[in-house]
Amino acid sequence: MKKILLGNEAIARGLLENGCSFAASYPGTPASEILSSFLQMAAAEKSPAIGEWSINEKVAFETALSVSYAGGRAAVSMKQVGLNVACDPLMSSAYTGVKGGFLLISADDPGPHSSQTEQDSRMMAMMAKIPVLDPSTPQEAKEMIRLAYQISEEFEIPVMLRPTTRICHSRQGMALEAIPDPSLASGFSKDPQRWAATPRYRYTLHHQLNQKIEAIATKCGQDSYQRILGSSKAGQCIISSGVALAHTYDTLKELNLEDQIALYQVKMPYPLQVQAILAELVPFEKILVIEETYPVIELQLAMRSRIQGRLDGSIPPQGELIPDVLVQSISKFAQIPEEKKGLSPGKARRPTLCPGCPHRAAFYAVRQALPQGIYPSDIGCYTLGLNLGAVDTVLCMGAAISQAAGLYHAYRMKGEVPAIVATIGDSTFYHAGIPALVNAVHNGAKFILLILDNSTTAMTGNQPTPGLELLADGRRGKAVAIEDLVRASGVPSLTIIDPYQLEEITSAIKEADKVTRSQNGGIAVIISRHPCLMTPGAGKKQPSYGMEITEDCITCEICFRDFECPAIGLDQESGRARIDANLCSGCGVCAQVCPQEAIKRI
Amino acid sequence: MNMQIAITGRGGQGVLFLTRILTECALKLGLEVIASETHGMAIRGGSVISTLKVGSYRGPLIRSGQADLILALDEGSVDTYGHLLAPQGGLILNSPRSRTSPSIDATGMAAAIGSPLMANLILLGFALKLKKLFCDYSLAESVTKAISPERFKETNLKALQIGYSFSNPEGHR
Repeated sequence: MKKILLGNEAIARGLLENGCSFAASYPGTPASEILSSFLQMAAAEKSPAIGEWSINEKVAFETALSVSYAGGRAAVSMKQVGLNVACDPLMSSAYTGVKGGFLLISADDPGPHSSQTEQDSRMMAMMAKIPVLDPSTPQEAKEMIRLAYQISEEFEIPVMLRPTTRICHSRQGMALEAIPDPSLASGFSKDPQRWAATPRYRYTLHHQLNQKIEAIATKCGQDSYQRILGSSKAGQCIISSGVALAHTYDTLKELNLEDQIALYQVKMPYPLQVQAILAELVPFEKILVIEETYPVIELQLAMRSRIQGRLDGSIPPQGELIPDVLVQSISKFAQIPEEKKGLSPGKARRPTLCPGCPHRAAFYAVRQALPQGIYPSDIGCYTLGLNLGAVDTVLCMGAAISQAAGLYHAYRMKGEVPAIVATIGDSTFYHAGIPALVNAVHNGAKFILLILDNSTTAMTGNQPTPGLELLADGRRGKAVAIEDLVRASGVPSLTIIDPYQLEEITSAIKEADKVTRSQNGGIAVIISRHPCLMTPGAGKKQPSYGMEITEDCITCEICFRDFECPAIGLDQESGRARIDANLCSGCGVCAQVCPQEAIKRI
Repeated sequence: MNMQIAITGRGGQGVLFLTRILTECALKLGLEVIASETHGMAIRGGSVISTLKVGSYRGPLIRSGQADLILALDEGSVDTYGHLLAPQGGLILNSPRSRTSPSIDATGMAAAIGSPLMANLILLGFALKLKKLFCDYSLAESVTKAISPERFKETNLKALQIGYSFSNPEGHR
């Protein structure tokens, strides 16, 4: 029987169908649903497989890896920039190798749609010297997990599965197989020369790794590419992988180019069996490589005179290879006239913080209290504080705190320090903010840190954080309180406030600025605490007021321009601000924002 | 049967739920289907789109000028994604006042039954009435019934029915 699954559900199902006993992850679009689906499906099938939301990707990687060290099948999933955080254990574990099958799922985001970069995880696999599989459909993603575990166990090596956004977040029908008992750990066998290798033995491990990757290319390379469209007698060919292959396939059929251009799919972009592929390519005059997002296959096929792709600009060197882009590149390659361009896509509506979002109140207070400040911020929903002018930098997870410290030192040397207000979410604070805070305290930085604690990982779908007792699989764990961590870091000043109390938090921010400038001052932390209204049940726990705008409104636009509540807009008929009752959460904060007191509870 | 459909709107309007219903309908009919969805930051009120390809396709995205049908839950999303529509394709719009396309005030009608979030199902019901989809009302109804969470089931089915019963005064087809 076929069932429709989201790509991430297909990956979760594939893990369970292949005996994965333990999965760990940190949420991040487009990979977030893999772990939650894994645990839901395991529970529904009464499988003893377990998993966890880890504090960050490095910890997730190391935890899952150790299950494999002990002999069990394990997996770790993350988004591509999460792999940057887990890069350290990745590089080292390629050398040590694994015991139980170990699968690394790193989901890329060509575009990018929800990420800082559109980096290509396959390049990270190449750098680590581990095999990477590149599915072109959700169904293929599920099927590839079998091969991935086989390679991992036969060669004792981590294997990467690299889906992209359009695989993770596509839905497709596929056949389900039975879920066997998971392949549990047999026990850790001590082998210090391997698991605790000193540099001298690391050389030996590197040598072994090189032998493994060559053996994998020889054994699996032949099956990892195949012609899926057209004839080997065609004059030209396209080599492609991932979802770009799927869109290339559709485009070639739409343009009726099947006879003119042969299409090859590469399922394992690294390691390639380069000599065999080059031999297969001999008859073709022209070859185009289409892949996302970096030229991984292209770089390995060193035949510059005949191969086109990202490197020579035949494929744009950045950006997602959507069908509209491919149709142009392929038409040019096939030397057929490009289709007349139709309409262009219009401007997309920008996302905003939700009505009632506690972050909006906190950001508004920052702007009111210290309008001349510098505002380093971080990764999460609250990046949308941009819309309120309260976010000046967004670099990577946890950087708000280190950047605030760096800005302080930069200005300290100049002699005058402006107000510096860093904002970071609760989940991001746990993820990478703790070392940054300890470092800033230790090195004498002075700034205001606003920890926006909405008690969830909101942006990625409200996964629990270490601040809650709730665990990924519904069990109860130990909550680790942010305030305890802040105090233990040696921070001299800590306040906890509900940002819905706008006046209170505004004056707390002003007070914190004084603290940072006092003689013995240092970092002043304010925990701005109010639950995210998207957390199931949270909205019902707080009062919801019916709100209206009276005739006292003078259309100063503060409520919808500066406060930027999406439930408030300009009413063309009355010329005044108007609240859309369908969108309004009834939080009542806007009443505190209105200088005319024209916003009232009904 | 080959059909390319885009479902557009703002984050939070229920584009994903309509995508689920239609992919399940295709499966029930034994048709191949692949659909792409918007997740992540855009769902906080930003523009969102699902593309759904029924038939012999491999990739989930739709090229400009190739969509047979756009179901638009938000008028603004037509400016953003209208370029996908094929010259002979159909656009069905949630709007209180459109004169150029078949339209229905799904948001207003949903608010009238006290469930403003049900505009998505009202729009789907209307599209089924206009016979613009690859499946019929009874199939969409049974799928909606099967996949709706228990507490929304009754309202979802009611909303679908309201859209299906709506007669378009402008007489668009």
